[in-house]
Amino acid sequence: MLLSGADILVETLIEQGCDTIFGYPGGQILNVYDSLYTHRDRINHILTAHEQGAAHAADGYARVTGKVGVVMSTSGPGATNLVTGIANAYLDSVPLVAICGNVPTTQIGTDSFQEIDITGVTLPITKHNYFVGSVEDLADTIREAFALARSGRPGPVLIDVPKDVQIAKYEFEPQQCTEAERYSAAKDVRIEEAAKLINDAKRPYIYFGGGVITAGAQAEMLAAADRIDAPLGCSLMGLSAIPTDHPRFLGMQGMHGHYASSMAMHHADLILSLGVRFNDRVTGNRQRFAVGAKIVHIDVDGSELSKTVNAACGLRGDVKATMQKLLLLLEESPKPEWQAEIGKFRLEEESFLDSRSGMTPRNVILTINRHLGADTAVCTDVGQHQMWAAQNLSFRTPRRFVSSGGLGTMGFGFGAAIGAAFGTRERSVLVTGDGSFGMNMNELITAVKYNVPVTVVIMDNGVLGMVRQWQTLFFDKHYSNSVLERSIDYGAFARSFGADGETVSTPEELDAALARSFGRDGPYIIDCKIDKDEFVLPMLPPGGSMDDIITRLEVKK
Amino acid sequence: MNRYTVAVLVKNQFGVLNRVTSMFRRRQFNISALTVSETESSELSRITVVFSGEENSKRQLVDQLYKRPDGCSIMVYRDVDWVRCELLLIKMENDSDTRDDIRHAAEAFGAVIVDYSKDYLMFRLTDTSVRIDDFIDLMRDYTILEICRTGSVSLEKGHSTIRQVVNL
Repeated sequence: MLLSGADILVETLIEQGCDTIFGYPGGQILNVYDSLYTHRDRINHILTAHEQGAAHAADGYARVTGKVGVVMSTSGPGATNLVTGIANAYLDSVPLVAICGNVPTTQIGTDSFQEIDITGVTLPITKHNYFVGSVEDLADTIREAFALARSGRPGPVLIDVPKDVQIAKYEFEPQQCTEAERYSAAKDVRIEEAAKLINDAKRPYIYFGGGVITAGAQAEMLAAADRIDAPLGCSLMGLSAIPTDHPRFLGMQGMHGHYASSMAMHHADLILSLGVRFNDRVTGNRQRFAVGAKIVHIDVDGSELSKTVNAACGLRGDVKATMQKLLLLLEESPKPEWQAEIGKFRLEEESFLDSRSGMTPRNVILTINRHLGADTAVCTDVGQHQMWAAQNLSFRTPRRFVSSGGLGTMGFGFGAAIGAAFGTRERSVLVTGDGSFGMNMNELITAVKYNVPVTVVIMDNGVLGMVRQWQTLFFDKHYSNSVLERSIDYGAFARSFGADGETVSTPEELDAALARSFGRDGPYIIDCKIDKDEFVLPMLPPGGSMDDIITRLEVKK
Repeated sequence: MNRYTVAVLVKNQFGVLNRVTSMFRRRQFNISALTVSETESSELSRITVVFSGEENSKRQLVDQLYKRPDGCSIMVYRDVDWVRCELLLIKMENDSDTRDDIRHAAEAFGAVIVDYSKDYLMFRLTDTSVRIDDFIDLMRDYTILEICRTGSVSLEKGHSTIRQVVNL
């Protein structure tokens, strides 16, 4: 059938399984929005307050569903407002398709009103991007973009569609949406090498990241852990892959990771690494990182193998398919001595645990845990609250922890929590700080407009807590521009937008407020007052290793 | 530091050179020469990269190229099985005191005079990059007016082609 480019675009999105778009209209994407109006019973568009919020919402939606998130904007500022959201998805390997309008092809390159070279701008932060110069290429470009976004190591793909391409007519034939191409297992010879190293190990540690969630390799990983009697630890991106209370799970490791998890990794003689990339927050000082360990690294992206730390054996391949083959070669071997050592690390960790009563960060998160359903998504922003959440949240279902890992985007959370609620079709929880929340609190407009069930818990300490922590430790307590001293009444703020909220100052009040929020519709904001000198512990100081770990700290006020 | 030559076959699409060089810039690869041209198929372009670095840096460069959706195949050249060459144009001051020395040196290298006037001489030399470096070094004893070189191009010897190399 002969359709306009705008109609072809919307038809192809529907064909690719997209039912929800987050976005914001404008001059150069108006034709597509007209088509969205026509097809409004087949595809849902969520209007956000700002394009950045839309990009984060599409990101959050993609993380909880495993589907490709779709965000749409106009040209120029609309497109540049997506940039942080696209970069965020890129660093966390989230499948995202961003569609921007642009000025007509006849005006490209003339610095027209709201013209920006968005494919140039997003070159280093997309898996790939496309400028669609002709309506003939439109449908196939969108199909290719979806396939690319979700294949292998997922990531964001941007499509720039000039206005005349949206207007031009072309023949459209719907196609069947194909399944994402599954990568094959690593080479057999590498799998045999890996098996030998693992079978020879006395102190193996399994370290997993977001790649395990993407590949769905949890069952194979847990079977391997049982077979070789290894503990499991993860990166921030690996959280929620397996239930938090799994007996072999030691929690997140790294700069602010669980003591036992980081210590076990530090003392391991073999680290089986699955879908991870050994970021600096994970390794600390690389010269002193797990010096006694051989690293077996499996990743679908070969460029991650030996990128930052040398792998004794690097396996390029789908983590699930590779683990299935590897499992056949792993020998059953109980390791009581190693388990005893791990038990010791666990006991030491317990002795460091913050057991104070009252409104401590840990008590805030533990109170939240009591209200989470098996399927509740918890999103965070970035800073101290994010680390407290990562350390103490409890998960039962994969894809329920949504956090900005690689880019560390303050302002990510609210958009993501809105997207997550659309994805799970149930209430999501945003754990944020007063600093981060201030960056995208405009998205309360969206949450109210669509009556999105989001509980926002602001861990409100009146300061930029993580900045303050570093200033306390490394900058002689020069609290340069990290004291917020805002006197916002968040309950009144929420009510003025048409939502509701309250301020709490004890765990009991928080508990009651959470119960209220879970018992109603729409967004609810809980302003949770905590002390400004709370620390995220343990902490590896920058450039340090596990030998320098800070577990206790008395800060003079 | 080692010197590596890598050939990459990419889809001949708008902006593809920019995509590849943008990755080199972002990841700070030490590129000393880069050539690009259309190939026997108008749908493909061939990029030849010469760069210096350690073995792990070469592996990282190849892995990053391998990831590119517009990349088709990659070949890392090793010493014995390939032909490489580069083209040099060099413009020299022409005066009676040095003219003969310059012409003798050029002759020894097989450089050809492509233009001649009473105040300057232009030579063309096609050879390996190392030989071209040597020739330029020799010319530094005289007055070099201008130099332009193309960067290295390379082909594997024998009947097989880069298109038969299935990525790595």
